[in-house]
Amino acid sequence: MKAQTINAEQVKAAIEAAVPGCRVELLHNGSPSAQHSLVLDHEHAVEIAHFLRDDAELRLDFCSNVTGVDWLDTEISEKVKTKKLVDGVETEVEEVKKTTVPGRLEAVYHLFSMEMKHGPVIVRLRTGNRTDDVRVPSLTPVWRSAEFQEREVFDLYGVVFEGHPDLRRILMWDEFTDHPMRKDYVAPADDDEPLHAAAGERAR
Amino acid sequence: MSVEIAEHRMTELTSDPEGGQLLEISMGPHHPSTHGVFRMNVTLEGERVMRLKPVFGYLHRNHEKIAENASYLASIPYTDRLDYLCSMTNNWGYALSVEKLAGIAVPERAEYIRVIVAELTRLQNHASLIGFLMQDMGASGTPLMYAFREREKILDLFESLTGSRMMCNYMRFGGVRVDTSPEWLDEVRALVGRFPQFLDEYEQLLTENEILMSRTQGVGVLPRELAVNAGVTGPMLRASGVNYDIRKVDGYGVYDRFAFRVPLGEHGDVYDRYMMRALEMRESLKILEQALREIPAGPVIDPKTRLRGLRPKAGEAYGRIESPKGELGFFLISNGTTEPYRYRVRPPSLINLTVLEDMCLGRSVADVVVILGSVDIVLGEVDR
Repeated sequence: MKAQTINAEQVKAAIEAAVPGCRVELLHNGSPSAQHSLVLDHEHAVEIAHFLRDDAELRLDFCSNVTGVDWLDTEISEKVKTKKLVDGVETEVEEVKKTTVPGRLEAVYHLFSMEMKHGPVIVRLRTGNRTDDVRVPSLTPVWRSAEFQEREVFDLYGVVFEGHPDLRRILMWDEFTDHPMRKDYVAPADDDEPLHAAAGERAR
Repeated sequence: MSVEIAEHRMTELTSDPEGGQLLEISMGPHHPSTHGVFRMNVTLEGERVMRLKPVFGYLHRNHEKIAENASYLASIPYTDRLDYLCSMTNNWGYALSVEKLAGIAVPERAEYIRVIVAELTRLQNHASLIGFLMQDMGASGTPLMYAFREREKILDLFESLTGSRMMCNYMRFGGVRVDTSPEWLDEVRALVGRFPQFLDEYEQLLTENEILMSRTQGVGVLPRELAVNAGVTGPMLRASGVNYDIRKVDGYGVYDRFAFRVPLGEHGDVYDRYMMRALEMRESLKILEQALREIPAGPVIDPKTRLRGLRPKAGEAYGRIESPKGELGFFLISNGTTEPYRYRVRPPSLINLTVLEDMCLGRSVADVVVILGSVDIVLGEVDR
């Protein structure tokens, strides 16, 4: 007996029916795994999470995996065909249109149901950008399993989880200032130096 | 029962006004009972634990970052070093995720070999965990040496199959690296035939041992609702009475072809966690017997499978297996290049520690050591 997979579109419809005013975006996944995900808005995220956990049909009582993803600013160039007047004649001209998609950080949650034995339902929370708007609501009050994992995302990616009971660094040491899993992170040239400096300070 | 119980931490203990001062001690990172470099900041009132905060990161090497700068194939030897007692299941979890991401099929014989090596891994992991747990309880030597004697036989088999005792680097996406010889399978059959004798002997020594029972029964109780809410998986979850084994739930590989039971505990204490391991070893033997009987002939990997320079289509996949410690998951995002854009390990050891404080509050320091021992952590996986 294999676990039932859940149709993300149906989950989206159920959320929209249960939580009025929420904005849920379905994110298509092109891989053969076909694990599509739902992007939640910040205002309703905790309410939606409660619904997902407690709804009699979904019962997603098990938040298995929480992780971060860093999306850098990306430039997408598209070829656009436009009609232009060239020497008085209307001709079709191909132009390269460049659009910049601003970077962002993402927290990804993989939800399963231990009671109904189905899953995964994947939900994502997105920050506004990668620099000063890095706050997302914490889902630890709904699933305790997110406690250490959200701390890890905070530590390695710099996503700030609002409402987390104990948001501290977990793997890096407290004096560390950067977020090493970010794509633009540059390791210090002399890899021993900062570690020793920090340790020396603490010893004093 | 209401979910609200699980939602909140267990009530913080209030100190007895006449109980004297609180004492904060740091257990670890170098402490024989912490199973590696792991620290707990414990606040004590007398012998009673009032607060316990685990401190991680002593073995952190940013495994995920390394993997994001390496090809899909190059990460396989790194996964060996996550939970270094169970390299075979680590390989499998990763291979399964890549197979999901890229849509790679696995030949039937390879699926059977995977089951065989994974269940052997489970046997040696559970046997040594029980040994370590007894060591933590003060049974110096004997139970651990018995377990290691058996573990060594399994590691010898791994060595003859893969060339390495612990860092096997054996599985590939699409199958396994080399085929087994008929002699090797006969040796496994012989081992599976002898193993129950060891288990009987081991259980005779331990299961109804009065010291073991008094040290573990009612100690470190983990309520069912809290276990589910805190994402606890593996034998620890099932000791709390939750029937959730990914081998059954997902039926990945060919696990849906084998008849085996999922042992469940009643009390969720350390004793139940010990019993889960003892019983699961017997179920593993059943799986092994069936797999060894039914293993088909055929290739172990499709020669056309692209190992070097694999470029999965842009997308993502989360694959998970029931490792001896719990749900081991790998989350991969591909952007169409030869390196994963995102590589994430869901470490069961780390997430099972979420409830460590809840289990230890109000107990004595000696109990903390036993409770930690029953969680079954490997720091290579906790810190990654």
